[in-house]
Amino acid sequence: MAECHPVGFQWVTEAKQRGARVIHVDPRFTRTSAVADRHIPLRAGSDIVLLGALINYVLTHGLWFKEYVRAYTNAATIISEDYQDPEDLNGLFSGYNPEDGSYDKSSWSYQAAGNKKKVGEPGAESEGDAAEPHEFGAGGPPLSHSNVIRDESLQDPRCVFQLLKRHYERYTPEMVERTCGISADDFAYLAESVTQNSGRERTTAFTYAVGWTQHAQGAQFIRTAAILQLLLGNMGRPGGGIIALRGHATIQGSTDIPTLFNLLPGYLPMPEAGQHDTLDEYLDTIRSKKQKGFWTNADAYTVSLLKAWWGDAAKKDNNFAYDYLPKLTGAHGTYQTVERMLRDELDGYFLIGQNPAVGSANGKMQRMGMSRLKWLVVRDFSLIESATWWKDGPEIESGELRSEDIETEVFFMPAANHTEKAGSFTQTQRLVQWRHQAVTPPDDAQSELHFFHELGKRIRERLADSQDWRDRPLLDLTWDYPTDEHGEPEAEAVLAEINGFHVTGPDKGEPLSTFNDMRSDGSTAGGCWIYTGIYAERVNQAARRKPGQEQDETAAEWAWAWPANRRLLYNRASADPQGRPWSERKKYVWWDAEQQRWTGKDVPDFPVDRAPDARPDPDAGGPEALAGDDPFIMQADGKGWLFAPHGMVDGPMPTHYEPPESPIDNPLYGQQSNPSRIRFPREDNLLAPSALQPGSEIYPHVFTTYRLTEHHTAGGMSRFLPYLAELQPEMFCEVSPEFAEEIGLEAYGWATIISPRSAIEARVFVTERMTSLTIAGRRVHQVGLPYHWGVGSEAVVEGDAANDLLGLSLDPNVHIQGSKAAQCAVRPGRRPRGPDLLRLVEDLRHQAGLTVETGNARLTVPWNASEGQPKGKKS
Amino acid sequence: MEWPVFRQLRSRDSSGRGAAVTSKKTRETTPRTDAADTVVQSICPYCAVGCGQKIYAKDNRVIHIEGDPDSPISRGRLCPKGAASEQLVNSVGRQTKVLYRAPRARDWEALSLDRAIDMIADRLLEARKKHWEDTDQHGKPVRRTMGFASLGGATIDNEENYLIKKLFSAAGAVQIENQARI
Ligand code: SF4
Repeated sequence: MAECHPVGFQWVTEAKQRGARVIHVDPRFTRTSAVADRHIPLRAGSDIVLLGALINYVLTHGLWFKEYVRAYTNAATIISEDYQDPEDLNGLFSGYNPEDGSYDKSSWSYQAAGNKKKVGEPGAESEGDAAEPHEFGAGGPPLSHSNVIRDESLQDPRCVFQLLKRHYERYTPEMVERTCGISADDFAYLAESVTQNSGRERTTAFTYAVGWTQHAQGAQFIRTAAILQLLLGNMGRPGGGIIALRGHATIQGSTDIPTLFNLLPGYLPMPEAGQHDTLDEYLDTIRSKKQKGFWTNADAYTVSLLKAWWGDAAKKDNNFAYDYLPKLTGAHGTYQTVERMLRDELDGYFLIGQNPAVGSANGKMQRMGMSRLKWLVVRDFSLIESATWWKDGPEIESGELRSEDIETEVFFMPAANHTEKAGSFTQTQRLVQWRHQAVTPPDDAQSELHFFHELGKRIRERLADSQDWRDRPLLDLTWDYPTDEHGEPEAEAVLAEINGFHVTGPDKGEPLSTFNDMRSDGSTAGGCWIYTGIYAERVNQAARRKPGQEQDETAAEWAWAWPANRRLLYNRASADPQGRPWSERKKYVWWDAEQQRWTGKDVPDFPVDRAPDARPDPDAGGPEALAGDDPFIMQADGKGWLFAPHGMVDGPMPTHYEPPESPIDNPLYGQQSNPSRIRFPREDNLLAPSALQPGSEIYPHVFTTYRLTEHHTAGGMSRFLPYLAELQPEMFCEVSPEFAEEIGLEAYGWATIISPRSAIEARVFVTERMTSLTIAGRRVHQVGLPYHWGVGSEAVVEGDAANDLLGLSLDPNVHIQGSKAAQCAVRPGRRPRGPDLLRLVEDLRHQAGLTVETGNARLTVPWNASEGQPKGKKS
Repeated sequence: MEWPVFRQLRSRDSSGRGAAVTSKKTRETTPRTDAADTVVQSICPYCAVGCGQKIYAKDNRVIHIEGDPDSPISRGRLCPKGAASEQLVNSVGRQTKVLYRAPRARDWEALSLDRAIDMIADRLLEARKKHWEDTDQHGKPVRRTMGFASLGGATIDNEENYLIKKLFSAAGAVQIENQARI
């Protein structure tokens, strides 16, 4: 955090000065480790073993926060009798389909009250569609109703609590030592620190940078931490939580108002062909009117969005122009798109402040893909490598591409920067902050707002006379925004549309104040329901700047946080079931019995007048069904999910699998890697064999990638700036003294790092910051690689790109690539130039006997087809 | 009498490290920010901490960027990236003119902004049409185009992402992605 979010780290420092203990778990020693109470290095990719062992520690030592867990989580909920655990199935859950790697999740369901039926999801279930969880939106998946069976004693062997206990039984300190390389002493220190700092009086927070997501089961890493935090009562309370430290100024905003294939604004799913063919089908799949919580109003959010986009053309009798939305057929993520480029199926590509030639995994696939496009538009400040690969990229040097053969037209469109336009960024804790414009952009530079508005205008002009129904969505689009004298649309007018407004009635044209104002009858419009309120009373709330020093620690009048300016989500959980603060020290939001209202230091994240003892009919559905002790108001049963009956495609509880390339056998199960991961078995994406399989000795070392304070991701905003380039001028690899000695690497000399995809060179930094670990009895060396450099000739500093080494395997939940743990070979000296480089990579592939099948088997346990489950088990 | 010792006595600078020893140059030096004719509150464009910035400009040119002490997040601090952000505006390496690379060309050529947008609009419509799909393989309506894609969004504004998603979705494009997937 000190390394990549330095100014945010000042608060950790403050906390430490007040007595907080700071523990840094990371393969490398960073500026955070330097000031932490203890740095605990682990083997990249072994996180679930460590976190699972913490869960096991909490459960076996009875250290869970009893009142919190009983009241606020689904610990007591009974799961279907058909559920089988990886303990029974050698690493798989029940319902696995070896054909496509998907799970039929019906056996993970809650047992329904009153009969033997399960609490299924209301709509059809997609078959093996890996994009599924995001398609449920932020609220997670729906339940058909919230009338579930609970065993409050937590003794029933089929209740979540007992299933959890059994699931993590073998995640012991010994297993941690063997798998993660963490000593028993370090583990005990960590476990004691975390548990002693949780409870009524204290809370523990987990912070992670998004490297945690970049694993073939990254989403499950984070879920493991979520389970632990729920058990310790650290969710929805001040100083608790799991804090995602995101890497870009508004990567949060670009998820909320998403430029993502599977989402519409406000985490509404993009419709999928065959499942969401009509508006009713769509709405039925994302919410059941009988479940609890605020997702039941998804119809109002959806219709308001359609009204915002298509105005008068969105009418009741055409289902509010729902048909205008394009439909998905499976995953259309960035890596699937690159595959389509390589098959010559994509003509054009817009890059908007993004440098995939350097920043995306398997850089060669990215660049080769771009060379097959008809046209490419790059919008950026400088001539980044994604704009120049056709003249000075690595494939030009190696001879794989020749400029005069590349047909791609490239448009470089200069972008306005943050000082040259007004608009809002959403930072990592959902705070939307407005930037005022300081100057106008120079020369041809334009904001995205200006460029895309203009592009839209010209496209619409060209189609103005069209009678084709396919063009109606473009022609009916609401696209008139007020502009300034330079033609720049007013960003605040767009913000007002995002906020939403009344379409009819006495308040016609006035902004909505909260998303509760949204209606499903077409009387309201609004572009992103979770942002409603940001323009309440025609005031740009994101531009509020009451100085921090004049406010309390919540600083509620600095900018605006979604939803409803809430600074801490699920803050009902900061009070006990009766509505009293858990302790004076951790007082945050509580029930004021006199006023009959929730009150406190923040906007209560709960129906404000719902008394703690309220017990509405669970079948009532929606917010009305929330009991007074259901703090997780976006979940279908109002509870925090220790066990996720739906929503995760690869298991209801996180289970350790080895990364697709790993130095060891999975010590826990016969199943080696995530059986649901998304694979790309291709000649240009070969994987190294894992563990002790033949050929694995060719790529014996683990490498991981990361950032440095002085650079920013693929370097587009840092390697082109003289100040920053001077601070970190050269690509390097970090290696331990032991490893350097073993293979003869010279400090400040060169090393060549070779993976099955490519080979790069880097300066050698011999340092104890990298730790060699003993894993499963073997010495495992880890190589650390910053990924900021790329090959080109325009930046102030250039260097080989670490991402070129990475292969593609994606997390099945979120389609993010595993890029934090992979295997490589390391040799002293510089890499060969030209075609010799390709020969070196090919030689090693040959020696290791790689084929497209290597490392790509979904199942590594024998399958018993007649029983529909794996044979035998490993214990 | 400009002897140093007198100056020291006169200005009560007994250690001789203060006013008594300032040079003319130092006395004439003023903060860059004094020359600014506008200052606006902004936000750092790098990581998601969201530090506050104050942007000083003169004659429509950014002359200085510093941390905003009012921000409850950053309390006036900036890290090396935020502190370097003035160079995002004024660095010589910045490319402010449209460039065009024709098929098989070995170098860039100049192109007007207006013409570039026209060419992009034409190409987008052509790709959209060529790769249009009314239905999927099961005959279910998809009403979309697979002809073009976009990547990016984590460094631009919410309002900008909103317009991009809105326009591209209306055009039938579904392959719209950003850094959050990476
Ligand atoms: S100044 Fe540094 S820590 Fe603050 S937002 Fe910018 S990059 Fe992040």
